[in-house]
Amino acid sequence: MARQLSEMRNWQQETSLTHNRVMVIGTLMLIVLIALLYRYFSLQVIHHEKYRVQSESNRIGFRLITPTRGVIEDRLGNLVAVNEPSFTLTVSPEGIEDLDRTLETVGQIIDLSGSELEVFRTALKRRRPLSDVPLKYRLDDKERAVLAVNKHRLPGLKIKSALSRYYPYGDLLGHVVGYVGRIGVDDIAPDDEGDYRGLTHIGKIGLEAQYESVLKGRAGRSRVETDARGAELGVIDRELALPGERLELHLDVGLQAVAAKALGDRRGAVVALDATNGGVLAALSNPRYEPNKFVNGISNTDYSLLRDSRDAPLINRVIQGQYPPASTIKPMLGLAGLNLGLIDANTEVKDPGFYTLAGDDRRYRDWILRVRGTGHAPTMKLQESIAQSCDVYFYDLANRMGIDPMAEALKSFGLGAKTGIDLPSEKAGLIPSSDWKREALGESWYGGETLIVGIGQGYSLSTPMQLAAATTVVANRGVAYRPRVVRAVNNEPIAPEILTEVDAPDGHWQTVIDGMVDTVDHVRGTAHGMKRGLSYSVASKTGTSQVVEIAQDAVYNEEELSEYQRNHGWFTAFAPVENPKIVVVVLVENGGGGSAAFPVARQVMDYWFAQNE
Amino acid sequence: MSNDFQRVAQGSDRDFKGRPSLLRLLHIDPWLLLPLLVLCAAGLVVLYSASGESDAMLSAQIRNLLIAGAVLLVSAQFRVEFYRGVAPYIFLVTIALLIAVAFFGVGVKGAQRWLSLGVIRFQPSEIMKVAMPLALAWWLAKRPLPPSAKHLLIAFAMVFIPGLLILQQPDLGTSLLVMASGVAVIYMAGLPWRFILAGAVAGIAAIVPVWQFVLQDYQKQRILTLFDPESDRLGAGWNIIQSKTAIGSGGWSGLGWTEGSQAQLKFLPEGHTDFIIAVLAEEFGFLGVLGLFLLYAAILLRGLRITWTARSTFGRLLAGALVITFFFGLVVNLGMVSGVLPVVGVPLPLVSYGGTAMLSVMSSFGILMAIASERSVTRTDQKEYL
Repeated sequence: MARQLSEMRNWQQETSLTHNRVMVIGTLMLIVLIALLYRYFSLQVIHHEKYRVQSESNRIGFRLITPTRGVIEDRLGNLVAVNEPSFTLTVSPEGIEDLDRTLETVGQIIDLSGSELEVFRTALKRRRPLSDVPLKYRLDDKERAVLAVNKHRLPGLKIKSALSRYYPYGDLLGHVVGYVGRIGVDDIAPDDEGDYRGLTHIGKIGLEAQYESVLKGRAGRSRVETDARGAELGVIDRELALPGERLELHLDVGLQAVAAKALGDRRGAVVALDATNGGVLAALSNPRYEPNKFVNGISNTDYSLLRDSRDAPLINRVIQGQYPPASTIKPMLGLAGLNLGLIDANTEVKDPGFYTLAGDDRRYRDWILRVRGTGHAPTMKLQESIAQSCDVYFYDLANRMGIDPMAEALKSFGLGAKTGIDLPSEKAGLIPSSDWKREALGESWYGGETLIVGIGQGYSLSTPMQLAAATTVVANRGVAYRPRVVRAVNNEPIAPEILTEVDAPDGHWQTVIDGMVDTVDHVRGTAHGMKRGLSYSVASKTGTSQVVEIAQDAVYNEEELSEYQRNHGWFTAFAPVENPKIVVVVLVENGGGGSAAFPVARQVMDYWFAQNE
Repeated sequence: MSNDFQRVAQGSDRDFKGRPSLLRLLHIDPWLLLPLLVLCAAGLVVLYSASGESDAMLSAQIRNLLIAGAVLLVSAQFRVEFYRGVAPYIFLVTIALLIAVAFFGVGVKGAQRWLSLGVIRFQPSEIMKVAMPLALAWWLAKRPLPPSAKHLLIAFAMVFIPGLLILQQPDLGTSLLVMASGVAVIYMAGLPWRFILAGAVAGIAAIVPVWQFVLQDYQKQRILTLFDPESDRLGAGWNIIQSKTAIGSGGWSGLGWTEGSQAQLKFLPEGHTDFIIAVLAEEFGFLGVLGLFLLYAAILLRGLRITWTARSTFGRLLAGALVITFFFGLVVNLGMVSGVLPVVGVPLPLVSYGGTAMLSVMSSFGILMAIASERSVTRTDQKEYL
């Protein structure tokens, strides 16, 4: 009973104790719940905007839509640069345990070249984290099928499809059309980076580089809803990509092919211009390279082969090859002589086969001396001097004219300056003058050098394109248009632009042109060899530019010289004479002389007139 | 003696009130049942959205609720004295099971928490959530309150032995909840305030050694990211950033049911389990959160009311501890999802998907109702005899 009593007392005490505890914990619960509720209020109401934006940016991603690059087609609508759907095998290194073994496995089921592996390894080092690295481009159907079958053995490998630039004519148009390549670090100015978001390739050279701004188009963008893994769930809105514009060329792929065939495997260049507007009908540079190799990255091995080759296949000889123009400038100098009143059509110059300056016993020899041991004829006039390429006549004319008026005359034909053709990296050539020599070499001009410039040798340098423009001036009797490869952008024609004008009486032009006609027509003309079977009239000029200096009395002996020391052969021509349509310039590097070049021009012109008459 | 007294009281109640209502017959407390039902229904609505409108998950959760409801109903039928009688045995058996887990347990994601008995797999640590307050209430109610130092020491040993067993599984969240439920009983039994204060000081002092020797690396990471989630945006900070974003983007009234992009687009991890309140907050806004808080407040209030009026000391200690345990789990979940407490795996009671946690919560509410049914008897009893 006593125990019961004590428990009864405890009952009261304990009740108040536990009630006290309930009060305290209840109050604590209230405080904690209110504090937590405030926490939610703070997140949801006070800082709502911050989290709303955060949620939005979680949910919405931007996807860039790559624009289709503008296609390029030749004058007849043949596509020369297109975008082809292509399949690329890519590797996600994060998903692969043993990369070397995976590559080995891939190599067993599809063909992997050494250069492909090399390009892959380089790209692997430079990739951004979590990005895929391309391993093989342009998978064919069979490769895709084999890869699909072996998919389970190759985790981390994916096949991606995309449009890839493709040049159907390959090396034939490599120098002109150029190529695109993956955008490199230095390819884009910081200001233009925005324009290239969503683009993977950029025009590196040729027309692809020159017309980059119109070809590339503009990337579109779509706002997409994504889930936490980045998978797209749907498109919220999109701004379509703006495709690049289409380029239409003056160039004729057929003509280019004929030029390539005619030149064969010789080093050199062939240019054909439309005399009436400067359109580039053909522009071939040998040796050539395959532009398709560059599109998705060329291997270092392949690239050094091209870069280090003695034959310099990466150089576009048409606009970057600089050679002494040699005798091809004689018609222009003749016209200048007539214009300056130094000569007339009947002025005669004695031709013993060499020329000497007063007070100097050095003999400036005519090329004919080596062939016949004497001059072309006892006396020579302008027309026959052009036709037979008489050096003595032009030594005399140059001597009378003086270097500076001569330089001025040659420059008026567009020589010694860039033509401004729509291709990048054109070279300017060189027409020397006394001022130039003082500035460049710090020496004064010697009279003998004037004679050498008078036959287009010495310091003189011209590109085939420059000579084509200068020849056009003669063909059109005073006017040449700036050479243009592109005829129209998206059907919008590019208006011809005058490059240079030379004012002269018609009689003067006639004399010079008659001389050029005689190179073919006259039996002693230097290009008489192409006369046979000619169905149109041609005015032309041959040239032989020296690669090595021939000593005073030494004899040029082709057999003794290595191939690379032989003379370059030039040929410039236009046709038909009365109403010139086409201007052709051919250069055969180390071809020996002009006679190596005119058969090439003949084939080009034959094809042109067969197609266009 | 007290058994006799209760039996008399029950009989007299029947005489006094005439025909008792069905709810009273079933020992169901309507003022606790109502908010529980509303909460469970609301939880199903949120779960349907959080699961990505999964009918399978919804029906599984309904099944869980029905089972848990049945457990509630059954556990409400026992008399409080019964619980008092079985408490020490349940406790010992559960400790034995916890030891068994350590040796024969089944692992999930590196944690060994499950015990497999042929067809059934269960977590003994969940049973401990109920066994712990039962045992401590039994221990402390046996003798006059407040307890003596010796009995307190034994009580704390009863708290820490299972607590440590669960901690080494490792399961920090459940361990904390289980120990909290034991400490809650000791608190209710009148742990002197100076001890509580000293405990708080010791707790703060223990931070460094606990950090050094007790916490696993992933647990440390969770605490670190609590202070600076951005330091590990895509790793440990991801959950916190995404759940805060989900809650914050809900605004006043939310984005609408099944319209929350954080939840539906799977930015929010564990949206149907531990982080489900973030889904509710995103889709129903602050008003939804407020409603949820009010429901929990109603449950807690009713629980405290039952504690207040419980007839026996054992009943009061037990009821108080069950309510405090429920509150503790709630606060840990609400706090971790909103980024004020470290992320420990504690579900939102009665709303998060999952059967085991729901069973322990519902059985504790069943026990509360058992206590409540005796309380109402006591009140009439008092009216009659005092």
